Amino acid sequence: MEAAIEAKSLSKSYKHVSVLKDVSFSVQKGTVFALLGSNGAGKTTTINILTTLIKADGGTATVAGYDIAARPHKVRNEISLTGQFAAVDNRLTGRENLLLIGDLRHVADSARTAADLLVRFGLEEAADRSASTFSGGMRRRLDIAMSLIGSPAVIFLDEPTTGFDPEARNEMWRTIHKLAQGGTTVFLTTQHLEEADELADHIAVLHQGRIVASGTASELKKLVPGGLIELTFHDEETRDAAAKVLGKSYAHAEGEGATLTITTDGTVAQVAGIFAGLENARIEPTEFSQKVATLDDVFLKITDTGRGDE
Amino acid sequence: MMRTLGDTWTLAKRSLRHITRSPDTVITVLLMPIALMLLFVYVWGGSLGQQTGSVSYIDFIVPGIVVMTVISGISYAAIRLNMDVQSGIINRFRTMPVAPSSILGGQATSSTLSNLFSSLLVLLVAFAIGFRSQAGVAGWLLFAGILLLFTLATTWLAIFFGLLAKTTEGAGAFSYVLILLIFISPSFVPTNSMTPLLRGFAENQPMTPVVETMRSLLVDGTAGPKAWTAIAWILGLLVVSYLLSVALYKRKAIVVNA
Repeated sequence: MEAAIEAKSLSKSYKHVSVLKDVSFSVQKGTVFALLGSNGAGKTTTINILTTLIKADGGTATVAGYDIAARPHKVRNEISLTGQFAAVDNRLTGRENLLLIGDLRHVADSARTAADLLVRFGLEEAADRSASTFSGGMRRRLDIAMSLIGSPAVIFLDEPTTGFDPEARNEMWRTIHKLAQGGTTVFLTTQHLEEADELADHIAVLHQGRIVASGTASELKKLVPGGLIELTFHDEETRDAAAKVLGKSYAHAEGEGATLTITTDGTVAQVAGIFAGLENARIEPTEFSQKVATLDDVFLKITDTGRGDE
Repeated sequence: MMRTLGDTWTLAKRSLRHITRSPDTVITVLLMPIALMLLFVYVWGGSLGQQTGSVSYIDFIVPGIVVMTVISGISYAAIRLNMDVQSGIINRFRTMPVAPSSILGGQATSSTLSNLFSSLLVLLVAFAIGFRSQAGVAGWLLFAGILLLFTLATTWLAIFFGLLAKTTEGAGAFSYVLILLIFISPSFVPTNSMTPLLRGFAENQPMTPVVETMRSLLVDGTAGPKAWTAIAWILGLLVVSYLLSVALYKRKAIVVNA
Protein backbone atom coordinates (compact mmCIF):
# COMPACT_ATOMS: atom_id res chain seq x y z
CA MET A 1 0.00 0.00 0.00
CA GLU A 2 1.06 3.51 -0.76
CA ALA A 3 1.55 6.09 1.97
CA ALA A 4 -0.66 9.18 1.83
CA ILE A 5 1.34 10.87 4.57
CA GLU A 6 4.89 10.09 5.54
CA ALA A 7 6.41 12.10 8.40
CA LYS A 8 10.06 11.63 9.34
CA SER A 9 11.60 13.08 12.50
CA LEU A 10 9.52 16.25 12.52
CA SER A 11 10.53 18.76 15.15
CA LYS A 12 9.30 22.22 16.04
CA SER A 13 10.10 24.69 18.79
CA TYR A 14 8.52 27.98 19.73
CA LYS A 15 11.07 30.30 21.27
CA HIS A 16 12.89 27.78 23.47
CA VAL A 17 9.98 25.47 24.10
CA SER A 18 10.20 22.26 22.14
CA VAL A 19 6.70 21.36 20.93
CA LEU A 20 7.50 18.41 18.64
CA LYS A 21 10.44 16.08 19.03
CA ASP A 22 11.37 13.50 16.43
CA VAL A 23 7.80 12.75 15.32
CA SER A 24 7.57 10.05 12.67
CA PHE A 25 4.59 8.17 11.33
CA SER A 26 3.10 6.94 8.15
CA VAL A 27 -0.52 6.97 7.02
CA GLN A 28 -1.65 4.51 4.37
CA LYS A 29 -3.79 5.71 1.50
CA GLY A 30 -7.51 5.45 2.10
CA THR A 31 -7.26 4.85 5.84
CA VAL A 32 -8.26 6.87 8.88
CA PHE A 33 -5.37 7.86 11.11
CA ALA A 34 -5.87 9.34 14.56
CA LEU A 35 -3.30 11.37 16.40
CA LEU A 36 -4.28 11.02 20.00
CA GLY A 37 -3.10 13.29 22.76
CA SER A 38 -4.11 15.61 25.53
CA ASN A 39 -4.12 19.41 25.31
CA GLY A 40 -0.70 20.80 24.48
CA ALA A 41 0.67 17.47 23.24
CA GLY A 42 1.51 19.02 19.85
CA LYS A 43 -1.43 17.75 17.77
CA THR A 44 -2.36 21.07 16.17
CA THR A 45 1.29 21.90 15.52
CA THR A 46 1.62 18.59 13.64
CA ILE A 47 -1.49 19.38 11.57
CA ASN A 48 -0.27 22.92 10.88
CA ILE A 49 3.03 21.57 9.59
CA LEU A 50 1.45 18.90 7.38
CA THR A 51 -1.06 21.38 5.91
CA THR A 52 1.76 23.85 5.04
CA LEU A 53 0.57 26.53 7.48
CA ILE A 54 3.86 26.51 9.38
CA LYS A 55 7.31 25.13 8.66
CA ALA A 56 8.95 22.41 10.69
CA ASP A 57 12.34 23.17 12.24
CA GLY A 58 13.63 19.72 11.42
CA GLY A 59 12.60 16.53 9.64
CA THR A 60 10.71 15.99 6.42
CA ALA A 61 7.24 14.98 5.40
CA THR A 62 5.38 14.13 2.25
CA VAL A 63 1.64 14.47 1.75
CA ALA A 64 0.02 12.80 -1.27
CA GLY A 65 3.52 12.15 -2.57
CA TYR A 66 4.72 15.76 -2.44
CA ASP A 67 7.34 17.16 -0.10
CA ILE A 68 5.62 19.73 2.14
CA ALA A 69 8.64 22.03 2.26
CA ALA A 70 9.67 21.86 -1.39
CA ARG A 71 6.28 21.74 -3.08
CA PRO A 72 3.68 23.26 -0.74
CA HIS A 73 1.52 24.41 -3.63
CA LYS A 74 1.22 20.83 -4.94
CA VAL A 75 0.33 19.66 -1.44
CA ARG A 76 -2.41 22.30 -1.16
CA ASN A 77 -3.99 20.93 -4.33
CA GLU A 78 -4.45 17.56 -2.65
CA ILE A 79 -5.57 18.45 0.87
CA SER A 80 -8.16 20.26 2.90
CA LEU A 81 -8.08 21.37 6.52
CA THR A 82 -10.94 21.66 8.94
CA GLY A 83 -9.56 23.38 11.99
CA GLN A 84 -10.75 23.31 15.58
CA PHE A 85 -12.98 26.31 15.03
CA ALA A 86 -15.35 26.40 12.10
CA ALA A 87 -13.69 28.59 9.47
CA VAL A 88 -16.80 29.67 7.60
CA ASP A 89 -17.59 33.17 6.41
CA ASN A 90 -20.39 34.29 8.71
CA ARG A 91 -21.29 37.22 6.50
CA LEU A 92 -22.05 34.97 3.53
CA THR A 93 -24.89 32.49 3.20
CA GLY A 94 -24.25 28.75 3.40
CA ARG A 95 -24.50 28.45 -0.36
CA GLU A 96 -22.20 31.41 -0.98
CA ASN A 97 -19.58 29.87 1.29
CA LEU A 98 -19.63 26.71 -0.81
CA LEU A 99 -19.60 28.65 -4.08
CA LEU A 100 -16.59 30.66 -2.90
CA ILE A 101 -14.54 27.54 -2.20
CA GLY A 102 -15.78 25.94 -5.43
CA ASP A 103 -14.61 28.96 -7.44
CA LEU A 104 -11.23 29.04 -5.67
CA ARG A 105 -10.75 25.31 -6.27
CA HIS A 106 -11.86 25.79 -9.87
CA VAL A 107 -14.32 22.92 -9.85
CA ALA A 108 -16.17 22.45 -13.13
CA ASP A 109 -19.65 23.31 -11.84
CA SER A 110 -19.48 25.00 -8.47
CA ALA A 111 -23.22 25.75 -8.36
CA ARG A 112 -24.02 22.08 -8.79
CA THR A 113 -21.34 21.00 -6.31
CA ALA A 114 -22.70 23.45 -3.74
CA ALA A 115 -26.29 22.28 -4.22
CA ASP A 116 -25.28 18.62 -3.84
CA LEU A 117 -23.31 19.29 -0.66
CA LEU A 118 -26.15 21.29 0.88
CA VAL A 119 -28.45 18.29 0.44
CA ARG A 120 -25.85 15.82 1.66
CA PHE A 121 -25.21 17.78 4.86
CA GLY A 122 -28.84 18.62 5.59
CA LEU A 123 -28.34 22.33 5.03
CA GLU A 124 -30.79 22.75 2.14
CA GLU A 125 -33.36 24.74 4.08
CA ALA A 126 -30.79 27.06 5.61
CA ALA A 127 -28.82 27.37 2.37
CA ASP A 128 -29.65 30.96 1.63
CA ARG A 129 -29.49 32.27 5.17
CA SER A 130 -26.45 34.06 6.50
CA ALA A 131 -24.10 31.59 8.19
CA SER A 132 -24.15 33.83 11.26
CA THR A 133 -27.66 32.51 11.97
CA PHE A 134 -26.46 28.88 11.92
CA SER A 135 -26.22 26.76 15.07
CA GLY A 136 -22.79 25.47 16.08
CA GLY A 137 -23.51 22.05 14.61
CA MET A 138 -24.75 23.49 11.31
CA ARG A 139 -21.70 25.73 11.02
CA ARG A 140 -19.46 22.75 11.61
CA ARG A 141 -21.30 20.75 8.94
CA LEU A 142 -20.90 23.62 6.51
CA ASP A 143 -17.22 23.73 7.43
CA ILE A 144 -16.78 20.04 6.58
CA ALA A 145 -18.84 20.43 3.40
CA MET A 146 -16.49 23.24 2.32
CA SER A 147 -13.55 20.93 2.94
CA LEU A 148 -14.92 18.29 0.59
CA ILE A 149 -15.16 20.54 -2.47
CA GLY A 150 -12.76 19.49 -5.18
CA SER A 151 -12.50 15.99 -3.63
CA PRO A 152 -9.15 16.38 -1.86
CA ALA A 153 -7.18 13.16 -1.48
CA VAL A 154 -6.26 13.82 2.14
CA ILE A 155 -8.54 15.50 4.65
CA PHE A 156 -7.21 16.89 7.92
CA LEU A 157 -9.63 17.25 10.81
CA ASP A 158 -8.35 18.95 13.94
CA GLU A 159 -10.46 17.77 16.90
CA PRO A 160 -13.57 17.43 14.77
CA THR A 161 -16.00 16.82 17.64
CA THR A 162 -14.65 19.11 20.35
CA GLY A 163 -17.53 20.97 21.96
CA PHE A 164 -20.17 18.75 20.38
CA ASP A 165 -23.16 17.21 22.12
CA PRO A 166 -23.43 13.42 21.74
CA GLU A 167 -25.91 13.67 18.89
CA ALA A 168 -23.76 16.03 16.84
CA ARG A 169 -20.73 13.89 17.62
CA ASN A 170 -22.40 10.73 16.31
CA GLU A 171 -23.38 12.59 13.18
CA MET A 172 -19.78 13.71 12.67
CA TRP A 173 -18.59 10.16 13.17
CA ARG A 174 -20.98 8.95 10.49
CA THR A 175 -19.64 11.63 8.12
CA ILE A 176 -16.05 10.53 8.75
CA HIS A 177 -16.96 6.87 8.23
CA LYS A 178 -18.55 7.80 4.91
CA LEU A 179 -15.46 9.71 3.84
CA ALA A 180 -13.28 6.75 4.63
CA GLN A 181 -15.58 4.41 2.71
CA GLY A 182 -15.27 6.76 -0.27
CA GLY A 183 -11.49 6.20 -0.33
CA THR A 184 -10.42 9.52 1.17
CA THR A 185 -7.46 9.46 3.54
CA VAL A 186 -8.47 11.05 6.82
CA PHE A 187 -5.99 12.42 9.34
CA LEU A 188 -7.67 13.47 12.55
CA THR A 189 -6.60 14.56 15.98
CA THR A 190 -8.54 13.87 19.11
CA GLN A 191 -8.29 13.95 22.86
CA HIS A 192 -10.83 11.17 23.15
CA LEU A 193 -9.71 7.60 23.10
CA GLU A 194 -13.22 6.45 22.40
CA GLU A 195 -13.23 8.55 19.26
CA ALA A 196 -9.91 7.18 18.00
CA ASP A 197 -11.16 3.65 18.76
CA GLU A 198 -14.40 4.28 16.88
CA LEU A 199 -12.92 5.92 13.78
CA ALA A 200 -9.29 5.10 13.21
CA ASP A 201 -7.57 2.22 11.46
CA HIS A 202 -4.32 3.31 13.00
CA ILE A 203 -3.63 5.36 16.10
CA ALA A 204 -0.51 7.19 17.25
CA VAL A 205 -0.34 8.53 20.77
CA LEU A 206 1.38 11.90 21.02
CA HIS A 207 2.57 12.92 24.45
CA GLN A 208 4.65 15.99 25.19
CA GLY A 209 5.73 16.24 21.58
CA ARG A 210 6.71 12.60 21.12
CA ILE A 211 4.97 9.59 19.65
CA VAL A 212 4.87 7.27 22.67
CA ALA A 213 2.87 4.44 21.14
CA SER A 214 1.23 3.51 17.88
CA GLY A 215 -0.74 0.72 16.33
CA THR A 216 -4.31 -0.38 15.82
CA ALA A 217 -6.73 0.05 18.69
CA SER A 218 -6.47 -3.63 19.60
CA GLU A 219 -2.67 -3.59 19.40
CA LEU A 220 -2.62 -0.67 21.80
CA LYS A 221 -5.00 -2.40 24.16
CA LYS A 222 -2.61 -5.34 24.36
CA LEU A 223 -0.07 -3.00 25.91
CA VAL A 224 -1.91 -3.18 29.22
CA PRO A 225 -1.90 -6.65 30.71
CA GLY A 226 -4.81 -8.78 31.74
CA GLY A 227 -7.70 -6.67 32.54
CA LEU A 228 -9.60 -5.76 35.58
CA ILE A 229 -11.89 -7.82 37.76
CA GLU A 230 -14.69 -5.88 39.28
CA LEU A 231 -16.55 -7.28 42.29
CA THR A 232 -19.64 -5.79 43.86
CA PHE A 233 -20.72 -6.63 47.41
CA HIS A 234 -23.84 -6.25 49.46
CA ASP A 235 -22.48 -3.32 51.45
CA GLU A 236 -19.28 -1.46 52.24
CA GLU A 237 -18.42 -3.56 55.28
CA THR A 238 -18.47 -6.70 53.19
CA ARG A 239 -16.37 -4.91 50.62
CA ASP A 240 -13.85 -3.91 53.29
CA ALA A 241 -13.69 -7.46 54.56
CA ALA A 242 -13.07 -8.73 51.04
CA ALA A 243 -10.40 -6.09 50.49
CA LYS A 244 -8.70 -7.24 53.68
CA VAL A 245 -8.66 -10.85 52.55
CA LEU A 246 -7.54 -10.12 49.00
CA GLY A 247 -5.36 -7.10 49.82
CA LYS A 248 -2.47 -9.33 50.86
CA SER A 249 -2.06 -10.95 47.49
CA TYR A 250 -3.50 -8.24 45.25
CA ALA A 251 -1.84 -4.95 45.95
CA HIS A 252 -3.87 -3.06 43.37
CA ALA A 253 -7.26 -3.73 44.85
CA GLU A 254 -9.11 -0.43 45.03
CA GLY A 255 -12.49 0.22 46.50
CA GLU A 256 -15.26 2.65 45.82
CA GLY A 257 -18.68 2.24 47.40
CA ALA A 258 -19.50 -1.45 47.53
CA THR A 259 -17.34 -2.18 44.49
CA LEU A 260 -13.81 -3.52 44.45
CA THR A 261 -11.64 -3.27 41.35
CA ILE A 262 -8.68 -5.62 41.14
CA THR A 263 -5.91 -5.50 38.56
CA THR A 264 -4.84 -8.96 37.47
CA ASP A 265 -2.41 -10.25 34.88
CA GLY A 266 -5.29 -12.06 33.26
CA THR A 267 -4.11 -15.59 34.07
CA VAL A 268 -6.57 -18.25 35.27
CA ALA A 269 -4.44 -18.79 38.36
CA GLN A 270 -4.88 -15.19 39.49
CA VAL A 271 -8.60 -15.04 38.75
CA ALA A 272 -9.14 -18.40 40.47
CA GLY A 273 -7.10 -17.14 43.43
CA ILE A 274 -9.49 -14.26 43.95
CA PHE A 275 -12.53 -16.50 44.13
CA ALA A 276 -10.74 -19.09 46.28
CA GLY A 277 -9.81 -16.32 48.74
CA LEU A 278 -13.41 -15.10 48.93
CA GLU A 279 -14.70 -18.66 49.29
CA ASN A 280 -12.36 -19.34 52.24
CA ALA A 281 -13.47 -16.15 53.97
CA ARG A 282 -17.12 -16.95 53.20
CA ILE A 283 -17.69 -13.66 51.45
CA GLU A 284 -20.24 -13.69 48.67
CA PRO A 285 -20.06 -10.99 45.95
CA THR A 286 -23.42 -9.93 44.55
CA GLU A 287 -21.93 -9.28 41.13
CA PHE A 288 -18.66 -9.74 39.34
CA SER A 289 -17.38 -8.77 35.90
CA GLN A 290 -14.19 -8.69 33.92
CA LYS A 291 -13.40 -5.33 32.40
CA VAL A 292 -11.52 -5.40 29.10
CA ALA A 293 -8.80 -2.75 28.92
CA THR A 294 -10.05 0.41 27.26
CA LEU A 295 -7.88 2.83 25.35
CA ASP A 296 -8.13 5.08 28.38
CA ASP A 297 -6.27 2.49 30.40
CA VAL A 298 -3.65 2.29 27.67
CA PHE A 299 -3.40 6.02 27.44
CA LEU A 300 -2.99 6.50 31.14
CA LYS A 301 -0.45 3.73 31.37
CA ILE A 302 1.82 4.95 28.57
CA THR A 303 1.55 8.62 29.32
CA ASP A 304 2.21 7.86 32.95
CA THR A 305 -0.21 10.46 34.24
CA GLY A 306 -1.50 8.24 37.04
CA ARG A 307 -4.87 6.66 37.46
CA GLY A 308 -6.63 9.72 38.76
CA ASP A 309 -9.78 9.08 40.74
CA GLU A 310 -10.73 5.78 39.20
CA MET B 1 -1.28 34.36 -14.00
CA MET B 2 -4.88 34.36 -15.28
CA ARG B 3 -5.76 32.04 -12.45
CA THR B 4 -4.22 34.39 -9.88
CA LEU B 5 -6.18 37.32 -11.33
CA GLY B 6 -9.38 35.26 -11.36
CA ASP B 7 -8.88 34.21 -7.73
CA THR B 8 -8.15 37.81 -6.75
CA TRP B 9 -11.42 38.92 -8.29
CA THR B 10 -13.32 36.03 -6.63
CA LEU B 11 -11.98 37.14 -3.25
CA ALA B 12 -12.54 40.83 -4.01
CA LYS B 13 -16.21 40.06 -4.79
CA ARG B 14 -16.49 38.27 -1.46
CA SER B 15 -15.08 41.26 0.35
CA LEU B 16 -17.28 43.72 -1.56
CA ARG B 17 -20.26 41.63 -0.51
CA HIS B 18 -19.19 42.09 3.12
CA ILE B 19 -19.13 45.83 2.58
CA THR B 20 -22.54 46.06 0.92
CA ARG B 21 -24.00 43.81 3.62
CA SER B 22 -22.90 46.00 6.46
CA PRO B 23 -24.51 49.35 5.61
CA ASP B 24 -23.61 50.60 9.09
CA THR B 25 -19.90 50.59 8.27
CA VAL B 26 -20.57 52.29 4.92
CA ILE B 27 -22.47 55.04 6.73
CA THR B 28 -19.79 55.36 9.43
CA VAL B 29 -17.10 55.70 6.77
CA LEU B 30 -19.03 58.49 5.03
CA LEU B 31 -20.45 60.19 8.09
CA MET B 32 -17.19 61.35 9.63
CA PRO B 33 -15.76 63.21 6.61
CA ILE B 34 -19.13 64.65 5.58
CA ALA B 35 -19.93 65.87 9.11
CA LEU B 36 -16.44 67.34 9.37
CA MET B 37 -16.85 69.10 6.05
CA LEU B 38 -20.16 70.63 7.16
CA LEU B 39 -18.62 71.69 10.48
CA PHE B 40 -15.63 73.28 8.81
CA VAL B 41 -17.67 75.10 6.22
CA TYR B 42 -20.63 76.26 8.30
CA VAL B 43 -19.22 76.55 11.83
CA TRP B 44 -15.53 77.39 11.52
CA GLY B 45 -15.47 78.42 7.88
CA GLY B 46 -16.41 82.03 8.64
CA SER B 47 -13.19 82.75 10.47
CA LEU B 48 -10.89 80.11 8.92
CA GLY B 49 -12.04 81.12 5.45
CA GLN B 50 -10.42 84.53 5.82
CA GLN B 51 -6.97 82.91 5.74
CA THR B 52 -7.24 81.01 2.48
CA GLY B 53 -6.80 83.99 0.20
CA SER B 54 -8.35 83.82 -3.23
CA VAL B 55 -9.47 80.20 -2.78
CA SER B 56 -12.91 79.81 -1.21
CA TYR B 57 -12.84 77.85 2.04
CA ILE B 58 -14.82 74.86 0.77
CA ASP B 59 -12.54 74.56 -2.26
CA PHE B 60 -9.60 74.74 0.15
CA ILE B 61 -10.71 71.86 2.38
CA VAL B 62 -12.22 69.39 -0.12
CA PRO B 63 -8.90 67.55 -0.82
CA GLY B 64 -8.29 67.09 2.91
CA ILE B 65 -11.85 65.81 3.35
CA VAL B 66 -11.41 63.32 0.48
CA VAL B 67 -8.15 62.07 2.03
CA MET B 68 -9.95 61.71 5.35
CA THR B 69 -12.68 59.68 3.64
CA VAL B 70 -10.05 57.27 2.35
CA ILE B 71 -8.36 56.96 5.77
CA SER B 72 -11.69 56.33 7.42
CA GLY B 73 -12.42 53.65 4.80
CA ILE B 74 -9.13 51.79 5.01
CA SER B 75 -9.38 51.42 8.78
CA TYR B 76 -12.38 49.17 8.06
CA ALA B 77 -10.33 47.25 5.50
CA ALA B 78 -7.85 46.46 8.29
CA ILE B 79 -10.71 45.38 10.56
CA ARG B 80 -12.25 43.16 7.87
CA LEU B 81 -8.92 41.45 7.17
CA ASN B 82 -8.27 40.96 10.87
CA MET B 83 -11.70 39.36 11.28
CA ASP B 84 -10.70 36.88 8.58
CA VAL B 85 -7.49 36.14 10.45
CA GLN B 86 -9.28 35.66 13.77
CA SER B 87 -12.09 33.55 12.32
CA GLY B 88 -9.61 31.14 10.76
CA ILE B 89 -10.89 31.64 7.22
CA ILE B 90 -7.47 32.97 6.19
CA ASN B 91 -5.96 29.68 7.34
CA ARG B 92 -8.48 27.86 5.19
CA PHE B 93 -7.35 29.89 2.17
CA ARG B 94 -3.71 29.34 3.09
CA THR B 95 -4.11 25.57 2.92
CA MET B 96 -5.77 25.85 -0.49
CA PRO B 97 -4.03 26.30 -3.86
CA VAL B 98 -4.62 30.07 -3.80
CA ALA B 99 -1.72 32.50 -4.23
CA PRO B 100 -0.95 34.85 -1.31
CA SER B 101 -1.17 37.74 -3.75
CA SER B 102 -4.78 36.75 -4.47
CA ILE B 103 -5.77 36.55 -0.82
CA LEU B 104 -4.28 39.93 0.07
CA GLY B 105 -4.95 41.38 -3.38
CA GLY B 106 -8.65 40.60 -3.06
CA GLN B 107 -8.80 42.77 0.04
CA ALA B 108 -6.76 45.48 -1.65
CA THR B 109 -9.08 45.51 -4.67
CA SER B 110 -12.31 45.71 -2.66
CA SER B 111 -10.91 48.39 -0.37
CA THR B 112 -9.69 50.51 -3.28
CA LEU B 113 -12.99 50.24 -5.16
CA SER B 114 -15.14 51.00 -2.13
CA ASN B 115 -12.98 53.95 -1.12
CA LEU B 116 -13.10 55.48 -4.59
CA PHE B 117 -16.87 55.14 -4.44
CA SER B 118 -17.02 56.82 -0.99
CA SER B 119 -14.77 59.61 -2.27
CA LEU B 120 -17.13 60.16 -5.19
CA LEU B 121 -20.11 60.46 -2.82
CA VAL B 122 -18.22 62.94 -0.63
CA LEU B 123 -17.33 65.00 -3.71
CA LEU B 124 -21.01 65.06 -4.72
CA VAL B 125 -21.99 66.37 -1.27
CA ALA B 126 -19.22 68.96 -1.59
CA PHE B 127 -20.66 70.08 -4.93
CA ALA B 128 -24.08 70.36 -3.36
CA ILE B 129 -22.82 72.80 -0.74
CA GLY B 130 -20.87 75.00 -3.11
CA PHE B 131 -17.59 73.31 -4.05
CA ARG B 132 -16.48 74.32 -7.54
CA SER B 133 -13.42 73.33 -9.57
CA GLN B 134 -11.69 75.08 -12.47
CA ALA B 135 -9.95 71.84 -13.45
CA GLY B 136 -10.48 70.45 -16.92
CA VAL B 137 -10.75 66.78 -17.88
CA ALA B 138 -6.95 66.36 -17.63
CA GLY B 139 -6.90 67.92 -14.16
CA TRP B 140 -9.68 65.63 -12.94
CA LEU B 141 -8.00 62.58 -14.44
CA LEU B 142 -4.72 63.45 -12.72
CA PHE B 143 -6.61 64.02 -9.47
CA ALA B 144 -8.31 60.61 -9.87
CA GLY B 145 -4.93 59.03 -10.58
CA ILE B 146 -3.32 60.46 -7.45
CA LEU B 147 -6.36 59.51 -5.39
CA LEU B 148 -6.23 55.95 -6.75
CA LEU B 149 -2.52 55.62 -5.97
CA PHE B 150 -3.00 57.09 -2.49
CA THR B 151 -5.92 54.73 -1.76
CA LEU B 152 -3.94 51.73 -2.97
CA ALA B 153 -0.88 52.65 -0.89
CA THR B 154 -2.82 53.30 2.33
CA THR B 155 -4.89 50.15 1.71
CA TRP B 156 -1.68 48.07 1.74
CA LEU B 157 -0.70 49.83 4.95
CA ALA B 158 -4.10 48.79 6.33
CA ILE B 159 -3.48 45.21 5.19
CA PHE B 160 -0.20 45.18 7.10
CA PHE B 161 -1.91 46.35 10.29
CA GLY B 162 -4.85 44.02 9.70
CA LEU B 163 -2.43 41.07 9.64
CA LEU B 164 -0.36 42.40 12.53
CA ALA B 165 -3.09 43.24 15.05
CA LYS B 166 -3.73 40.75 17.84
CA THR B 167 -7.33 41.87 18.22
CA THR B 168 -9.92 43.12 15.76
CA GLU B 169 -10.51 46.19 17.95
CA GLY B 170 -6.85 47.16 17.57
CA ALA B 171 -6.67 46.59 13.81
CA GLY B 172 -7.96 50.01 12.80
CA ALA B 173 -6.06 52.01 15.42
CA PHE B 174 -3.23 52.99 13.07
CA SER B 175 -5.67 55.22 11.18
CA TYR B 176 -5.76 57.69 14.10
CA VAL B 177 -2.12 58.50 13.42
CA LEU B 178 -2.96 59.23 9.78
CA ILE B 179 -5.93 61.38 10.80
CA LEU B 180 -3.66 63.34 13.12
CA LEU B 181 -1.28 63.86 10.20
CA ILE B 182 -4.16 65.34 8.19
CA PHE B 183 -4.95 67.79 10.98
CA ILE B 184 -1.29 68.83 11.37
CA SER B 185 -1.05 69.71 7.68
CA PRO B 186 -2.38 72.52 5.50
CA SER B 187 -5.55 70.48 4.88
CA PHE B 188 -7.91 72.74 6.81
CA VAL B 189 -5.83 75.79 7.71
CA PRO B 190 -2.74 77.29 6.01
CA THR B 191 0.48 76.42 7.84
CA ASN B 192 1.44 80.07 8.37
CA SER B 193 -1.07 80.24 11.22
CA MET B 194 0.79 77.45 13.11
CA THR B 195 3.62 77.80 15.67
CA PRO B 196 7.11 77.56 14.07
CA LEU B 197 7.81 74.05 15.36
CA LEU B 198 4.47 72.67 14.25
CA ARG B 199 4.78 74.51 10.98
CA GLY B 200 8.15 72.92 10.27
CA PHE B 201 6.63 69.50 10.86
CA ALA B 202 3.47 70.25 8.88
CA GLU B 203 5.39 71.42 5.83
CA ASN B 204 7.63 68.37 5.67
CA GLN B 205 5.35 65.47 6.52
CA PRO B 206 4.06 63.19 3.74
CA MET B 207 0.39 64.14 3.91
CA THR B 208 1.13 67.76 3.00
CA PRO B 209 2.40 67.35 -0.59
CA VAL B 210 -0.43 64.87 -1.27
CA VAL B 211 -3.14 67.26 -0.09
CA GLU B 212 -1.54 70.29 -1.74
CA THR B 213 -1.14 68.53 -5.07
CA MET B 214 -4.76 67.37 -4.99
CA ARG B 215 -5.86 70.91 -4.11
CA SER B 216 -3.82 72.43 -6.92
CA LEU B 217 -5.30 69.97 -9.41
CA LEU B 218 -8.85 70.67 -8.27
CA VAL B 219 -8.52 74.43 -8.02
CA ASP B 220 -7.03 75.14 -11.46
CA GLY B 221 -5.99 71.86 -13.02
CA THR B 222 -2.23 72.35 -12.50
CA ALA B 223 -0.18 69.79 -10.61
CA GLY B 224 1.67 72.38 -8.51
CA PRO B 225 5.26 72.33 -7.21
CA LYS B 226 4.90 69.35 -4.84
CA ALA B 227 3.47 66.76 -7.25
CA TRP B 228 6.65 64.71 -7.57
CA THR B 229 7.26 64.78 -3.82
CA ALA B 230 3.68 63.57 -3.33
CA ILE B 231 4.09 60.75 -5.86
CA ALA B 232 7.43 59.72 -4.32
CA TRP B 233 5.86 59.49 -0.84
CA ILE B 234 2.88 57.51 -2.13
CA LEU B 235 4.95 55.07 -4.20
CA GLY B 236 7.37 54.66 -1.30
CA LEU B 237 4.51 53.87 1.08
CA LEU B 238 2.98 51.48 -1.45
CA VAL B 239 6.19 49.50 -2.02
CA VAL B 240 7.13 49.35 1.68
CA SER B 241 3.60 48.41 2.84
CA TYR B 242 3.23 45.79 0.12
CA LEU B 243 6.58 44.14 0.89
CA LEU B 244 5.96 44.22 4.64
CA SER B 245 2.47 42.75 4.24
CA VAL B 246 3.59 39.90 2.01
CA ALA B 247 6.55 39.13 4.28
CA LEU B 248 4.33 39.13 7.37
CA TYR B 249 1.74 36.97 5.65
CA LYS B 250 4.32 34.39 4.59
CA ARG B 251 6.25 34.30 7.82
CA LYS B 252 3.51 34.55 10.35
CA ALA B 253 2.10 31.38 11.81
CA ILE B 254 -1.43 32.61 12.23
CA VAL B 255 -2.76 31.09 15.39
CA VAL B 256 -6.48 31.25 15.83
CA ASN B 257 -7.62 32.27 19.29
CA ALA B 258 -9.71 29.82 21.21
